[in-house]
Amino acid sequence: MNGAHAIVETLLKHGTDVTFGFPGGAVIPLFDAYLDYKDKIRNVLVRHEQGAAHAAEGYARASGKIGVCIATSGPGACNLVTGIADAYMDSIPIIGFGGQVPTSLIGNDAFQETDMIGITLPITKHNYQIRDPNGIAPTIMKAYKLALEGRPGPIYIDLPKDIQSKEVTEAFPNEVKIVGFQPTIKPNPLQINKAAEAMLHAEMPLFLIGQGVMISNAHRELQELVNLTGIPVTTTFMGKGAFDERHPLSLGIVGMHGRKIANYATLQTDLLITIGCRFSDRITGNLKTYAENAKIIHADIDPAEIGKNVKVDIPIVGDAKEILKELIVMVKKLAVKEKTKWVSKIKQNKKTCDDCVPVKETKRIHPKHVMLELNKIMKPKDIVVTGVGQHQMFAGHFIRRSKPRTFISSGGAGTMGFGFPAAIGAKVAKPDSNVFLIDGDGSFQMTIQELGTVKEGNIKVIPIIMNNSYLGMVRQWLELFSDKRYSEVYLGRTPDFVKVAEAYGLEGIRVEKKSEFLPAIEQAIKNDVTTIVDVVTEEESNILPMLLPGGHLKDAFGGCMAAPGKYFRGD
Amino acid sequence: MLLADAWLPRENISGVIEMERRHVIAMLVEDQPGVLTRIAGMFARRGFNIETITVGKTTKKGESKMVITVIGDDDMLEQVEKQVNKLIDTIKVTEMPDERSVIKELCLIKVNIANQKVKDEILKYTDIYKTKIVDITTKEATMEIIGDPGKVDSFIDLMKQFGIKEVSRTGVTAISRSR
Repeated sequence: MNGAHAIVETLLKHGTDVTFGFPGGAVIPLFDAYLDYKDKIRNVLVRHEQGAAHAAEGYARASGKIGVCIATSGPGACNLVTGIADAYMDSIPIIGFGGQVPTSLIGNDAFQETDMIGITLPITKHNYQIRDPNGIAPTIMKAYKLALEGRPGPIYIDLPKDIQSKEVTEAFPNEVKIVGFQPTIKPNPLQINKAAEAMLHAEMPLFLIGQGVMISNAHRELQELVNLTGIPVTTTFMGKGAFDERHPLSLGIVGMHGRKIANYATLQTDLLITIGCRFSDRITGNLKTYAENAKIIHADIDPAEIGKNVKVDIPIVGDAKEILKELIVMVKKLAVKEKTKWVSKIKQNKKTCDDCVPVKETKRIHPKHVMLELNKIMKPKDIVVTGVGQHQMFAGHFIRRSKPRTFISSGGAGTMGFGFPAAIGAKVAKPDSNVFLIDGDGSFQMTIQELGTVKEGNIKVIPIIMNNSYLGMVRQWLELFSDKRYSEVYLGRTPDFVKVAEAYGLEGIRVEKKSEFLPAIEQAIKNDVTTIVDVVTEEESNILPMLLPGGHLKDAFGGCMAAPGKYFRGD
Repeated sequence: MLLADAWLPRENISGVIEMERRHVIAMLVEDQPGVLTRIAGMFARRGFNIETITVGKTTKKGESKMVITVIGDDDMLEQVEKQVNKLIDTIKVTEMPDERSVIKELCLIKVNIANQKVKDEILKYTDIYKTKIVDITTKEATMEIIGDPGKVDSFIDLMKQFGIKEVSRTGVTAISRSR
């Protein structure tokens, strides 16, 4: 068995039967081995390595399993970098394999040599360069452990060409130990008691749920705890799907483009129970006034997140599932009851917020309309993937999701071009779900070459392009904060996405009227191949409400609930 | 108190002015290529300023000990410790408070010898500071001083009057006191 076989064997041992990759000189031996494992493992041949990394992310985000991407040395591996950095920001478990020049040439500036260990150091949970074929299995085993356990994250592995072809002489170990890696899973019972006591005594408690709850597969426990205590729930953008947004106690997402009801509740609450969230600046706005009336409980598996941005009153380190389980036990013991006054107020305000989503009559289609229509047609198990920009925030604000891992988006990094390849990865992970890609004309063009991947790989996704001919989010900022000095944001009315689709042997439908949208989606669902639905939307619509970066949550402006601050102050 | 001069005011994350001081952090790390880059890189990325850094082998195979001094308030120290702990190559992190640790550094200092009088004076100070002359010619003397950074600082100050040619400091290493 040579090194390349050992790599494939180790992947198979961990249940990886699909990878996303692109070949090149330094990974010829690795892809050669794929021919010997034809019926066990397949590679999705992407058209650009960035697509491989995002597809691996999409696969991981949709399934909870590790996504694997492969690129050759030098430029190939460099092209993985954006995806790896994206996965790092959003705690996504992927393993990136990059080829490397033979060990004898490392450090000599050989052809296609790049120091990938140096480059990926700040954007990976850990990285390895394997310099001995016998080190292949143990290293990859460590990578799987590290990527998935504790707070997940990307691992990069550098594979010099010669070790891929050299013979492996030692047997694979049964397990590997990493001395310096022992994440805390079980929470401290004292902290759980404190948290439950606080929940008992609080008058206006509120859950703030982050992606951590989804990562540890704890949505059922969360649901149970909410049903037991009657505490309302907001989620972060990344936590979307961790709690059923159709539940009467769900307030939707918080933050810069969050729902006002969620942001106002954050200001009013006297106990913010935060689980698996890192208090990003897009969530908190001004830290000095953030949740200023609240005692804060912060539960996270990564101790470094606690106290990093927000002062915490009751820290809990541990796995979200374990924490929720323990909280359920304590809450039952203390007989924590629903705070009826607070809950009825929340429900009433929520109704105002829900009823207050008028779709403006515009000449072209308003993005809000698309989101509301999609809510009607999507099944709970269907997956929404987004690009980055206005359309992403429209989706975050208006799309309702009920199941975890059915809303996939680049949160922390905000990577334009993420959507399409991530949708491919999600579809590969969940072939029985419809995967709707809500993308912008700007974002989609950044990774448009993957149309070749879906055609040749028979992968069917449904790209819905919110085509406003602008780089909409930047245009919105320029309109609101730069006195409409539009600079470098107009893309024009090209390309013709329908023709592009046809050029790749795919289908395309242009939607110019509201009434055409649902039939187009229905047709796209029916079609066997990927069908681009090119929706010509209002050129200068804004995603509102919006909070100024670093602003006070009460000052979110636009959208529902009239004047900023009024609702909160007059309440 | 040792290092007491290092207290400085600084605004923390909540906008409160807190006192900064020098913290000594000892860490056990896996003895692997690149571990120094990983740790130093994390400090730079997160905006923690390394004052000194020392690395050496321990008696256990595969483990190294690293001692880093940073300046910051208590919140920052907490973040430093947590972020270092998060690195996979880190086995253990401990803060080394002055009162419960032996904190030492070694410094080599080369000074001019202008005349016999200067030479006598230098010899007198070396005696008082319990330093050693490790190299001497008619024109220059090199002394070795081992002590806490405060002592090293004051000795360097004292030598300035003779004209310092070169100073080389190892940075701080530390060990906990037995109780």
